[in-house]
Amino acid sequence: MTTHPTNTSTGGPSAAGGSKAAAAIEKARSEGRTALIGYLPAGFPDVRTTIDAGIAMARNGVDLIEIGIPYSDPVMDGHVIQEATVEALANGFTVPRIFDVVEGITRETDAAVLVMTYWNPVMRMGVRAFSERLAAAGGAGLITPDLIPDEASEWLAVSEELGLDRVFLVAPSTSPQRMQNTVDASKGFVYAVSVMGVTGARTSVGAAARAVVDAAHAAGADRVCVGLGVSSSAQVREIGVYADGVIVGTALVAALRDGGVDAVADLARELSTGTTKVPA
Amino acid sequence: MTDMHQDAGRPGTDAGAADTIDAGTAEAFLSHDESLRHAPGPYFGSYGGRWMPESLIAALDELQDTFEKAKADPEFTAQVTELNRNYAGRPSLLTEAQRFAEHCGGVRVFLKREDLNHTGSHKINNVLGQALIAKRMGKTRVIAETGAGQHGVASATAAALLGLECVVYMGAEDTRRQALNVARMQLLGATVIPVTNGSQTLKDAINEALRDWVANVGTTHYLLGTAAGAHPFPSMVRYFHEVIGDEAREQILEQTGRLPDAVCACVGGGSNAIGMFHGFLDDREVALHGFEAGGDGVETGRHAATITLGRPGVLHGARSYLMQDEDGQTMESHSISAGLDYPGVGPEHAYLADIGRANYEPITDAEAMEAFKLLSRTEGIIPAIETAHALAGAMKVGRRLAADLGPGEQASDRIIVVNLSGRGDKDVATAAGYFDLLPDDSAEQEIAQEGEQL
Repeated sequence: MTTHPTNTSTGGPSAAGGSKAAAAIEKARSEGRTALIGYLPAGFPDVRTTIDAGIAMARNGVDLIEIGIPYSDPVMDGHVIQEATVEALANGFTVPRIFDVVEGITRETDAAVLVMTYWNPVMRMGVRAFSERLAAAGGAGLITPDLIPDEASEWLAVSEELGLDRVFLVAPSTSPQRMQNTVDASKGFVYAVSVMGVTGARTSVGAAARAVVDAAHAAGADRVCVGLGVSSSAQVREIGVYADGVIVGTALVAALRDGGVDAVADLARELSTGTTKVPA
Repeated sequence: MTDMHQDAGRPGTDAGAADTIDAGTAEAFLSHDESLRHAPGPYFGSYGGRWMPESLIAALDELQDTFEKAKADPEFTAQVTELNRNYAGRPSLLTEAQRFAEHCGGVRVFLKREDLNHTGSHKINNVLGQALIAKRMGKTRVIAETGAGQHGVASATAAALLGLECVVYMGAEDTRRQALNVARMQLLGATVIPVTNGSQTLKDAINEALRDWVANVGTTHYLLGTAAGAHPFPSMVRYFHEVIGDEAREQILEQTGRLPDAVCACVGGGSNAIGMFHGFLDDREVALHGFEAGGDGVETGRHAATITLGRPGVLHGARSYLMQDEDGQTMESHSISAGLDYPGVGPEHAYLADIGRANYEPITDAEAMEAFKLLSRTEGIIPAIETAHALAGAMKVGRRLAADLGPGEQASDRIIVVNLSGRGDKDVATAAGYFDLLPDDSAEQEIAQEGEQL
């Protein structure tokens, strides 16, 4: 690993600054591993299963758990995740249950648990009310796919006050100016979108991913994790050469759909075999 | 006006908990008489903005930059004017509706005839402008969403004219109900993709178009059909529709020598209304009335009266009023008019509602259909069912004006301008079914039962 300029917001390797996500990624780094981040939507097919699957991920090599809030209009998600969230909503999932999921996982494991959510459900509950409940449940923070720092003034203030992580996204299309602003506004890690598109397994993660990660590092981010399209340990290994963490979503959702919690555990174990850092 | 309008926070604030009006802005408007015209965005009071994935921000920046430069380029504005005149058929007429006016308390009623534009509605104004912008950006492909098919047909038309590839996303249910409009788009060279995700309605068609846009943004412009969405869409779509209000203002002055007392328009996303209202925004003596789809009645929950009953939230890139449940999930809207059947509304309307510059009321399906029949029979003009909501509203406004006359005043001293946003040819099957005009065993009867809007 090269060393990157220390940034107060994203914190240096030794200065996780109370960030649970940063601490989890730094722990993996200290063990010579790329951090593995696993995503599942809450309430698919029910809340109990989400908790069990989250615990199974944590016990099979996943460093950070990302739990999505099912939302009626998920514009950044591909078919697999859309179908899962539609089912979760049809099965009666309501937003406050997200805190049960977070608490259920954090009570049983040491994994950092982040919530991935489109912004309107948070706005509806109230940014402060949502954040306080998330913190009380032991949550690390939020990943916000349709909230850019430009619109996030209230979230920036509340998350700072409560010590929650703020994971904003950067993309291949992100301008240098926006990259700097987003890196500065982020806490925990920066989420690098690997391709221009929506969530879904892809056979290869484009060359664009490395450029995005390099640009984020150059802007001062100490932890940059790559998401969208990752589904195998080979991809995890490949991305681990230049990124600090790898996010897997669709493949885990499909595993849960097709094989239940055991299949999630198996896939997590397989993915984790790709996390050992190989020299660049 | 309901007390829901007190429920507006500032950008980035918690709308759900902070039920505070944007008092500073409202006060400035009321006390300083500042111009409301040409509001540039991204914010309209506490509404608007860019609640969008980062992946699309660069495209929105490029669009905004191109649009700003185009507006300042005489060559571009001349192109728009030329297409409006010699392709779309502008200026559209302003027709006095004397027999219909008898049902509006006897006030004088003038119809701004957007139904006479090419493709039969106001939609052409926006698609021609945006297709020209797409060309200026070097994009070769446009995508669009459509509900009933009107914006899809207009987009396919503009794409054919300007040599652009066109893909239209449409709810799967709508593609079945609107088979003839699907055929129309295909005849114009467009590809229609049925959307089977989510509730399979207009909002899901927008979601799918956004997913396409994220993946193909290098070559593709998203030709959004209404004055909603992320900045710069609300102000850009309004800009291309401002011609409606500008023409209407000039025409009413020419025909009557004065400004109207009231202007009426229907509001779904709100593009025809904002284009019409814009011409009169700074004429404070002109009352502006927007009419939302009340469906079966707002008390039934089956409606699309977003401003009347919605709460501020974010959907499709903008903060505005939104039909949402306690969890912030978007609710399904209902209206006999597919064009008004949308659970959101443009952010500039939300702002105009909050500051009290425009008034928004629901019109039920039944009220709209009565006005639909009335205009057809009194003026020989079959309006779009969307437009019929504005006509039903004008009937109410006219009667109120007539009931509120001062001593020595006559109803005929009062003037209403209604935006006749579209023609009703597409709605004949729906209307024939609604009024039970079809023989039981006719093929059309079967179609009408499925809610076809041709």
